[in-house]
Amino acid sequence: MSEQKLQSQTVQTTGHAWDGDLQEFNNPLPVWWVYTFYATVVFAIVYWTIYPSWPWGKGWLGGLSDITYVNSAGETKTHNWNTRALLLEDLNQAAVAQKPYFDKVSGMSYAQIAKDPEMSGFILSSGKALFADNCAACHQAGGQGVVGFFPNLTDDDWLYGGSYDNIHQTLVEGRRAYMPAFSEVLGGEQIDQLANYVAKLSNIGHDAAKAAAGDALFHSETAACFYCHGGDAKGRKEIGAPNLTDNIWLWANVPTASGEEGKVAAIRGVIANGLNKGVMPAWAGRLTPEQIKVLTVYVHELGGGQ
Amino acid sequence: MNLNFKHEWIETNIGLMAVLTMLAISVGGLVEIAPLFFIEKTIEKVEGVRPYTPLEQRGRDIYIREGCYTCHSQMIRPFRDEKLRYGHYSLAAESQYDHPFQWGSKRTGPDLARVGGKYSNEWQVQHLAAPRSMVPESVMPNYPWLLSTPLDISDAADRLKALRKVGVPYSLTQTEYEDNVTRFGETVARQLHIPDAQKNLVEQANFGNYDGDRSGISEMDALVAYLQVLGTMVDFSKYDDDAFVDNR
Repeated sequence: MSEQKLQSQTVQTTGHAWDGDLQEFNNPLPVWWVYTFYATVVFAIVYWTIYPSWPWGKGWLGGLSDITYVNSAGETKTHNWNTRALLLEDLNQAAVAQKPYFDKVSGMSYAQIAKDPEMSGFILSSGKALFADNCAACHQAGGQGVVGFFPNLTDDDWLYGGSYDNIHQTLVEGRRAYMPAFSEVLGGEQIDQLANYVAKLSNIGHDAAKAAAGDALFHSETAACFYCHGGDAKGRKEIGAPNLTDNIWLWANVPTASGEEGKVAAIRGVIANGLNKGVMPAWAGRLTPEQIKVLTVYVHELGGGQ
Repeated sequence: MNLNFKHEWIETNIGLMAVLTMLAISVGGLVEIAPLFFIEKTIEKVEGVRPYTPLEQRGRDIYIREGCYTCHSQMIRPFRDEKLRYGHYSLAAESQYDHPFQWGSKRTGPDLARVGGKYSNEWQVQHLAAPRSMVPESVMPNYPWLLSTPLDISDAADRLKALRKVGVPYSLTQTEYEDNVTRFGETVARQLHIPDAQKNLVEQANFGNYDGDRSGISEMDALVAYLQVLGTMVDFSKYDDDAFVDNR
């Protein structure tokens, strides 16, 4: 077979022979291939002159292509093409388009923004993107939170206050919840009494006798719950102590606990173990003041702003 | 191409052919690697970048052990969408003490180069143990054993010694320690002193209590400590936004 093929072809050989009769064919490359190759060489040379390419001394050749941008110090600069300069140019262009809106945001009061339909639309669209990138991991995409971990932002119950200024402060500084573990100072029976009292405050099934004892304990110096949650148990927003009378639950997973005893047990767990969590990061270093203002309005408009 | 004589000469001298072959294939390396030893613009000059503390380093080892890099990159590229989502683009200087670096190019999950401080420790712990309880649409696996597995701290010093061998400035002698004090300040230098590695690790874990459980040091403590430091070492508010434009 191979011998037949050999005879039928008129291909040139490279000319040299080994061991007397070992020869090598010389099949030239197709013309289109050769010219494509030359074209890529020409392309490379053109590319080198336009874009950064060869190492040169302690740096490299920058190329002839330029990018002009305005930096954060307000200076207009021209730099040879590179991706970092390109990013600045890109950000400049976006900033120019967004500037009128962000300037308006920083110049307007919260009340003015709420009344202006065009600004409300801007807040809704840009706030939605900011919320999805930065807030939704904890507070969930719709702001509904996770019972046991992160507060619901769509209801009108606010740990630290629901006014624009309160929300703004929460975003800028972050928050940290703290409640001592009462198992260290109270007995199991006392904690049970307190849990029944807290259940009673929200009209959940409870033991009336235990709740009465818990009421006394709540307002006593022994447990001193009233220091933080207030004499009326409606909480103190200055320190983030929650209202215990509204049947809205963040830490104790009362809604999904089954039966009267299960719900009281959930409350008991929080009183006994306390809280040293509920940390919200501070966003001042990560987001711009305008972005934080947009988010303030967005969160306020999620439902329960006051 | 009528180079019959030379061609045959090379092909019949295997030693010469080996030498010439090596010369030909090292061109790529010489062109791409050698200039990096002479160019002074590759690594940005920034303040704040330091080697990891013993606890963070253990967390990093767990990050690699669990294969986090197969779905998460640590390289924010200089594009507008990445800046808006993740923050400032990553600098070469920020991974100068990473061996091996975790830049990656596969993003099934989000980039983690600046995840430090973005979420609370509590979120990280819950999310690692059960990702879908925090992010319903997530496809990340559960890592519950991180919470229940005590951290092996017996080799904390050896791990730093190994990194010292490849050039990370952990200190073994008093002189090296003093160099680190000059270079990073005393607080950081103490964390980098190999003889104190185990003590420093325990102190940081107990103080930080990253996993929310004070009864012991778990692998979760180490991993969360590592995640919370990612991308936080450089304070970008100190620099103009075009401070690093020449380094590219």
